Amino acid sequence: MKRKLLAVSATALALSMAAPAQAQTEIQWWHAMPTALGEWVNDLAKDFNASQKDYKVVPTYKGSYDESMTAAIAAFRSGNAPHILQVFEVGTATMMASKGAIVPVGKVMADAGQKFDPKIYVPAVAGYYTAPNGQMLSFPFNSSTPVFHYNKDAFKAAGLDPESPPKTWPEVALAAAKLKASGHKCPFTSSWGSWTQLESFSAWHNVEFATKGNGMRGTDARLSFNSPLHVRHIENLANMSKQGLFVYKGRGNAADATFYSGECAMATGSSALYGSIKRNAKFASGISTLPYYPDAPGAPQNTVIGGASLWVMSGRKPEEYKGVAAFFNYLSQPEVAAKSHQRTGYLPVTIPSFELTDKSGFYKQNPGTDVSVTQMIRKTTDKSRGIRLGNFVQIRTIVDEELEQIWNGKKTAKEGLDSAVNRGNEQLERFEKANKA
Amino acid sequence: MAIEKRVRFKSWWLPWALIAPQMAIILVFFFWPAGQALYQSVLQQDAFGTSTEFVGAENYKRLWNDSTYLDSFWTTALFSVLVAVSGLAIALLLAVMADRVLRGATVYKTLLIWPYAVAPAVAGVLWLFMFAPSVGIVSYALGGFGFDWNHLLNANHAMALIVMAAVWKQVSYNFLFFLAGLQSIPKSLVEAAAIDGARPWRRFWTIVFPLLSPVTFFLLVINIVYAFFETFAIVDTATQGGPGKETAILVYRLYYDGFKALDLGGSAAQSVVLMVIVVTLTVIQFRYVEKKVQY
Repeated sequence: MKRKLLAVSATALALSMAAPAQAQTEIQWWHAMPTALGEWVNDLAKDFNASQKDYKVVPTYKGSYDESMTAAIAAFRSGNAPHILQVFEVGTATMMASKGAIVPVGKVMADAGQKFDPKIYVPAVAGYYTAPNGQMLSFPFNSSTPVFHYNKDAFKAAGLDPESPPKTWPEVALAAAKLKASGHKCPFTSSWGSWTQLESFSAWHNVEFATKGNGMRGTDARLSFNSPLHVRHIENLANMSKQGLFVYKGRGNAADATFYSGECAMATGSSALYGSIKRNAKFASGISTLPYYPDAPGAPQNTVIGGASLWVMSGRKPEEYKGVAAFFNYLSQPEVAAKSHQRTGYLPVTIPSFELTDKSGFYKQNPGTDVSVTQMIRKTTDKSRGIRLGNFVQIRTIVDEELEQIWNGKKTAKEGLDSAVNRGNEQLERFEKANKA
Repeated sequence: MAIEKRVRFKSWWLPWALIAPQMAIILVFFFWPAGQALYQSVLQQDAFGTSTEFVGAENYKRLWNDSTYLDSFWTTALFSVLVAVSGLAIALLLAVMADRVLRGATVYKTLLIWPYAVAPAVAGVLWLFMFAPSVGIVSYALGGFGFDWNHLLNANHAMALIVMAAVWKQVSYNFLFFLAGLQSIPKSLVEAAAIDGARPWRRFWTIVFPLLSPVTFFLLVINIVYAFFETFAIVDTATQGGPGKETAILVYRLYYDGFKALDLGGSAAQSVVLMVIVVTLTVIQFRYVEKKVQY
């Protein structure tokens, strides 16, 4: 009897202590930012939570971009989706097509009564995540853009001027030849083959990567990166590869480490590589704009963003959406957005945050950090606003595969690009069919 | 003369109750997912499942029309044959050598068994580092011999890399079974042959190897299943199916289509095809190859 009483009272005590003080609405945020960037995410949530008492943002690291997406899909299918999900830019069309699963950011802000002006966001960034009717679908969070990193010490050793990096592709080839002549084993490399050499290449030269404004105007868009200009560029790279001037270092961002380890002297890659270069490089490095072909009309226009945005999942309570809106409002404040940009190397999401950073002298103290911004803060054209294609993940892999066949000489540039366009178009047709509704 | 032993249960429900836990596990972890894969393979869904459309055999038709999918059959066949044959041959050689050792036998056995405990993904990364064109020690040494190793662009190098990683992991498992098999062969048979004047090579192939055939047959089945299914982590970490699609074995394609490309219908169709292939292979092995096994 005594033991029973003890058990009952212990349970009652435990239950009463387990009931939490439910004053705050919790907002679950699933993200894919590892290590240093994960600390940035945690700090953002901590500062927001400290600035007000009604909502609590809880960030959870769910793995890489596609791992978090898979986790969110499984959670959604079992009714447990998070409020905010960070999705990479190539997943935009997939998220848009899952109409029942998401709530457009524009609607979230309007419903919550938050003052929301889409025009303060950098056009080339916001345009990527905006619907044709002008409604913003997802919140631009971490956007990078491809830039040209180069090793100043290697330049000096090869007899090149470290303060005047090559601006055009012919100049890059000349510089690479000089570097090779001075004994450098890897004059030039590139990461994210599709993103840097085809997608951003197209926008930078104001030509279409895919029809219908790169897919912005409809799911009946088809790939067009086998135009003469594209073929000419890939052929140049293939020739450079044969001569050992361009060395392929693998898919995705595998080539990044070869730059800041000093192995490769020039590399086109993400602007967000800046942090890793500062931390790891034992040489003086510089950043310049992406190279272009001077005889192409309209070049240089602007580049295409990479990175991710924040999507709001459906099926949650209105009170919780108010919290999401408050959080997005917080992230857009000039001081917060400016601090994020300076800390990570990602682009400033709003124009006021860019101006604030400029005024503070940050770009003068850290030369090269404004290259990514100047490449993006321009008036965009119909062909350079961004890319929105279904099954984009598969298309990028197809491009990687065909580029590899070109670099190892199995296919010519024209054959490889034609094959990539055909295989990619199959993916687009399938996406169009699946989303006819 | 064979005597059949029959266990008789007096109660009618006890046998069912005893196998119920195992049946439950098989139901939940095999039949349910397999059924769901079959169901999803005839649907076309968006990633989140908010819109589902019945499309019949269209996912399967799409697979047959995809030339890269048909190519991956050859890639998988080549890969499995290489892994099974190399894995069994190397393990058999090591087992024969380990069988003769008297001193320090435990040390050899432990060292040879260690790789089996390594997870496939770790094995893939390990071999990737050793052979990395820029920084790997093996590729550096090969460069010294004038052999330019680059598995990023050379398809044969890439295939060699994943075969090496897969075989390295599986040799330990095969070795254990071969060693046990060797030690169960009565020494009197081998000695009798030696007295009759048979040389070691002949003794091995006419006496030892046939008596090892049950083990060999079992390991062949296991190795084929291993090469088909459990090696995707090695491919994912080492080559991601590249260069081009030269190392995209069937199970890697299936994983990619399902979890990266989020094409659940296509991935489910591929998993059904893969299941049919492995079931067929196993049936063939049991019907025809087992006839040659001498128990």
